[in-house]
Amino acid sequence: MSEGVVWLTIFVLSVFVGTEVISKVSSTLHTPLMSGANAIHGIILLGAVIVTGATDSTPALVVGLVAIVLAAINMVGGFVVTDRMLQMFGRRRGAPPPVAPPKSPSPAPRSDR
Amino acid sequence: MPTWVQLVYLGCAVCFVLALKGLSGPRTARLGNLVGAGAAVVAVTVPFVYLELDHVPQMLAAIAVGSGVGVVGARRVQMTQMPQMVALFNGVGGGAAALVALLELQHMGAGTPAFDLVATAFTIVVGSVSFAGSAVTFAKLQELMTSRPVVFPGLPVAFAAALLGGVGLSVLVVLEASLALGVVLALVGLALGVLLVLPVGGADVPIVISLLNAFTGLTVAAGGYVLGSVVLLVAGTLVGAAGTFLTLLMARAMGRSVANILFGALRGGSTLGAGEASDRPVRSSGPEDVAILLAYADRVIVVPGYGLAVAQAQHTLRELVEVLLARGAKVDYAIHPVAGRMPGHMNVLLAEAQVPYEQLAEMDDINGDFKQTDVVLVVGANDVVNPAARSTPSAPIYGMPILDVDQARQVVFLKRSMRPGFAGIENELLFDPRTTLLFGDAKDSLAKLLAAVKAL
Repeated sequence: MSEGVVWLTIFVLSVFVGTEVISKVSSTLHTPLMSGANAIHGIILLGAVIVTGATDSTPALVVGLVAIVLAAINMVGGFVVTDRMLQMFGRRRGAPPPVAPPKSPSPAPRSDR
Repeated sequence: MPTWVQLVYLGCAVCFVLALKGLSGPRTARLGNLVGAGAAVVAVTVPFVYLELDHVPQMLAAIAVGSGVGVVGARRVQMTQMPQMVALFNGVGGGAAALVALLELQHMGAGTPAFDLVATAFTIVVGSVSFAGSAVTFAKLQELMTSRPVVFPGLPVAFAAALLGGVGLSVLVVLEASLALGVVLALVGLALGVLLVLPVGGADVPIVISLLNAFTGLTVAAGGYVLGSVVLLVAGTLVGAAGTFLTLLMARAMGRSVANILFGALRGGSTLGAGEASDRPVRSSGPEDVAILLAYADRVIVVPGYGLAVAQAQHTLRELVEVLLARGAKVDYAIHPVAGRMPGHMNVLLAEAQVPYEQLAEMDDINGDFKQTDVVLVVGANDVVNPAARSTPSAPIYGMPILDVDQARQVVFLKRSMRPGFAGIENELLFDPRTTLLFGDAKDSLAKLLAAVKAL
């Protein structure tokens, strides 16, 4: 199998995984999901680091450093802001309405006062 | 590349899949996001370990600066401004991808495989489109410019010219591999991004954000191919595919096609809507009258909108609902899936205000109840209850499923003015004889209503 075909295989399989994984998401989570996916493509930071680390001219270095700053904003900001949104869902979920289930199978009779 | 590095990257790619999977359910979402963040940190650390990189101090400083800006921005942003924040983060990601591709192009020449050059040209042009397009969506949502569609006579021609120019220049870049051509291509990409988003109306902007998000994902994937990095290819493709799918889901939820959202305004201004306030007569009354209406109703439904969130009136509204509940009424909040500025945005905003989960009803679950409802209280919402979505084919929101507020016995609108909503169209329901308007800032009006109901 040639190298190009390997890349194509990975690409096509990733497309299927990507669509499959989010196919049943409810509209409640559309905003965090969009934001989370946004953060993931901030991984271009990795590419920016590799390219910048191999530059030899000053203009190229400057461009590379700008790319690094932008990519880091995308990645770090994206994950933090998504976490902030999701925290709110968690907080609501963590504070259910006060239901008082009987602690023992035969609750003590109420004393009438 | 050493085997251990490749295995670490495989692990990171798996983590990104798990992150997206986690984000698709409320219970696993936060953990999923953390898994994704952890994988991203590991992936970025690895090249510092196995490659002999130059300029390490400068790069670490740049990462620190970017991270600092990202964290401060993410912490400071208000929940109401979340859509423009997502747009901004997406735009800088696209810009970074385009810059990386330009730097790669520098080293390419006659011997470079054609497909590498295709991927490079793609990354440059689409990354630039994403950057400029996101900047315009940010400006629209932040109200730095009008949120209404901007169409000028030569726009379709300019757009077509930029598109053809982009394609032509991409071909030239593939043939020539010259940096100068790459820079011109990036500039054309910027122009294309601006021209693509200008004609999109405010209500449709979130869908465009999602689309641009998918674009950036695909540029990152193409960049991964050029750099020979599997983890970039997988992460970028995941986001590209998921983003495309999400875009289609959201467009379907609004009853629109993506083509109609992007190019609808170019086809003849039908989505322009009315920007002006109407001077037709409406029935308005004071808080005391509305309080009587609410206090003696058995069934009340509250429809919260973006106006409520902007006025920071969630807590007052919650108090009012509590008082009505205590008086024996059955009260629910009806949540339209695209209420707010982005699908799911209202859920985030009400979650922030700690409105009890069980009082929130989704559109499909509550729409049957409006017929038996005595009073519907619409707070700062307009487009999601506009019957024009059902009745007026020329309306920009036509086909969007709406809350059937028009079937209730009485409707009370809390509004600041008669200015049309985000979609820029008038709501016939405002002029209905069963409708009462209470003008004023949402927080102020709700406080007066609360006091009046308590006094009864």
